[in-house]
Amino acid sequence: MNRRETLKLLGVGAISGTALVSGCKPKDDKGGAVTDPEFTYDRAKEELVREKELLAQANFFSKEEMATITILSDIIIPKDEVSGSASEAKVPEFIEFIVKDMPQHQIPMRGGLRWLDLQCLNRFGKPFRECSDKQQIELIDMIAYPNKAKPEMSQGVAFFNRMRNLVASGFYTSEMGVADIGYAGNSPNQWNGVPDDVLKQYELAYTEKQLKECVKFDR
Amino acid sequence: MQIKKQSKHYDAVIVGSGAGGGMAAYTLAKAGLKVCLLEAGAMYDPQKNITQLKNPWESPRRGASTKFRPFGDFDACYYGWDVEGEPYTKAPGTEWDWWRARMLGGRTNHWGRISLRFGPKDFKRKDIDGLGENWPIGYEDIKPFYDRVDKLIGIFGTNEGLEDHPDGFFLPPPKPRLHELFIQKGAAVSGVKVIPSRLSILTQKLNDERGVCFFCGQCNRNCSMAKADFSSTNVLIYPALATGNIDVVPNAMAREVLTNNEGLATGISYINKDDMMEYQVTGRTVILAASACESSRLLLNSKSKRHPNGLANSSDVVGRYLHDSTGAAMGGVLPQLFDRKRYNEDGVGGMHIYSPWWLDNKKLDFPRGYHIEYWGGMSQPAYGFGGGIEGMNGKFAVRGQQKEAGGYGKSLKEDYRYFYGASVGMAGRGEAIPLYDNRCEIDPNVVDKFGIPVLKFNVKWSDHEILQAKHMKETFDEMMHNMGAIVTWGGDYNKENNYGLESPGKIIHEAGTARMGSDPKTSVLNKYNQAHDCKNLFVVDGAAFTSQADKNITWTILALSMRASEYIIAEMKKQNL
Repeated sequence: MNRRETLKLLGVGAISGTALVSGCKPKDDKGGAVTDPEFTYDRAKEELVREKELLAQANFFSKEEMATITILSDIIIPKDEVSGSASEAKVPEFIEFIVKDMPQHQIPMRGGLRWLDLQCLNRFGKPFRECSDKQQIELIDMIAYPNKAKPEMSQGVAFFNRMRNLVASGFYTSEMGVADIGYAGNSPNQWNGVPDDVLKQYELAYTEKQLKECVKFDR
Repeated sequence: MQIKKQSKHYDAVIVGSGAGGGMAAYTLAKAGLKVCLLEAGAMYDPQKNITQLKNPWESPRRGASTKFRPFGDFDACYYGWDVEGEPYTKAPGTEWDWWRARMLGGRTNHWGRISLRFGPKDFKRKDIDGLGENWPIGYEDIKPFYDRVDKLIGIFGTNEGLEDHPDGFFLPPPKPRLHELFIQKGAAVSGVKVIPSRLSILTQKLNDERGVCFFCGQCNRNCSMAKADFSSTNVLIYPALATGNIDVVPNAMAREVLTNNEGLATGISYINKDDMMEYQVTGRTVILAASACESSRLLLNSKSKRHPNGLANSSDVVGRYLHDSTGAAMGGVLPQLFDRKRYNEDGVGGMHIYSPWWLDNKKLDFPRGYHIEYWGGMSQPAYGFGGGIEGMNGKFAVRGQQKEAGGYGKSLKEDYRYFYGASVGMAGRGEAIPLYDNRCEIDPNVVDKFGIPVLKFNVKWSDHEILQAKHMKETFDEMMHNMGAIVTWGGDYNKENNYGLESPGKIIHEAGTARMGSDPKTSVLNKYNQAHDCKNLFVVDGAAFTSQADKNITWTILALSMRASEYIIAEMKKQNL
């Protein structure tokens, strides 16, 4: 990235020298892509400065860490009859962003990934990402079920809970995930009350008073 | 350093552009007066600064909160708990969380639109329980203004003929959602009253300037598309700007109210955050509406020979009687709603039903009431979606199959689908007793980045509020049980955690710090929001509240600000100001 592009990306004048330097890091150091800093929704002035700083930051995770995150994401949310996998929904990219936005995730994530690799090295002689599918699942089964996991695996359980939550956050807020979960809103409509068949299903009904006083729409 | 004095002399200089400042600006400008409106935050235009109808994936953090938007990335409000360069302090062992919106229109851009009139008893609580102080006005004084605010701004609800939850001019409310029908059933068993909520949202056309609600459920993003909910920007400030009588100065952080040798207010000294230069603007009257605590801070920082204890503070009451609504909440799931049919139930931005206070305190061990707010259902996924599923999918059988908690894979995807939309929750919002010793004052040692001395808070809950929270929690527990819900959070209440009572400030209903009263020795303002000590100074935000009832305060701020503004116009005509 040349200086002009950097300034364009960061907003001229509002950024310190150190941010400019770190803004150039992605391509120089780790080859991470610089995300388009355009927003489709409102950003206040100081907020935009921080957004651009965030997006210009070097990748937090190494290539190897990202490979592991991608495998884990797809173990947690694989493709099924309804929707695609976490990686198809760009969940790993979301996780890369969110650990920069929420630094409290950084140490648990980095340390958890390391914990996982050490477990695999000891058991299978390889880091997690290089283990066979069978070996990976063997390890995951030891940390994916909090109530039956062995006490010595508790740190792994904590890591996998965090991972599961982050993957769910990333997947179900993606276009694919929202369609999967069946959220039907966020579009102009006329609320006419609970659909009749649903009222019937639950043996519920609106009162006379409600039917009389509430706003109604002809359809 | 040089101070730039604006040559234009205004009829009124207003500090703050939220509900109180917006209404004052609107009323005065419509009457032909020249107004300067100072706002500490950025300029904001709801029709250009849009977050409404955006999808979660448009936010890289998927709607999660940040320091800039503590209520989420699509929330309309700039700033909140933590404003860069603007600290505040607390006395040891006390708590206060201070929300500060920094934008044109203030908190009205994202508030809950819950618009409740105070009732006749709410103005005379001391007569009933001997605590606190009566207002210098009664319901009959404010009723005509409530009526006009209803008609000017618009509100839905129903006339129920309840003495302390007065009738108004209501548009029709929306029908309850599915989880709200279950709440209604559970509440009936517990003897808790449930009526349609009262929100300032247009379910029918009010005038040609504004549209009608299209049920996206996103009032907290401000209604950019239809202006169908109340924000000071959409409903008061931009219409007032069209009169040509208002100059808005954004990024203007007020430092001090200027006074002359007679002790009268002459204007405001402020810092322009854009160029960091010092400015002064003068006016015939000064109207403070910067939020209860910020307005009090301004008064306390405006010391002069005539006002050695701070402006309008001969009573030493400025900053005292600071109080917030009480708050306690509980949440759970309705197993009946597992695996439910999908449809759009966004509705309006907020609950379609609520519970006004329904009991008699004479039979209870705490003095004031609370109302209950509800939520639940199939909301738009955001950061945190499905969080903690390992606490759910081992507890409840999924489609008849008992699973091990946690897990992964296709089975886990099935679980997320199964549990979606089954959540339900409720929160109490109650009346606290304003106490003399609960206060904010100037910290002698700390200034903000502009060099303005900051507030030091010293607020503690009393047993009144703690016992009220206990009652809330016990009531919620019973209602949850009665509707068939399983409590998943907020069920761990006890004496040690104050029964889950939120720390003061958290409910963001700060009030009482320049209270009205008929006695200048025990109050700051008279019954027209006019300072006893300085006749051309008015405070029209929550600071003026003698007490705040168990009703969200915005509708009363609007009514009182309208009333004070018309008093100013009348007094100016009489040459009294």
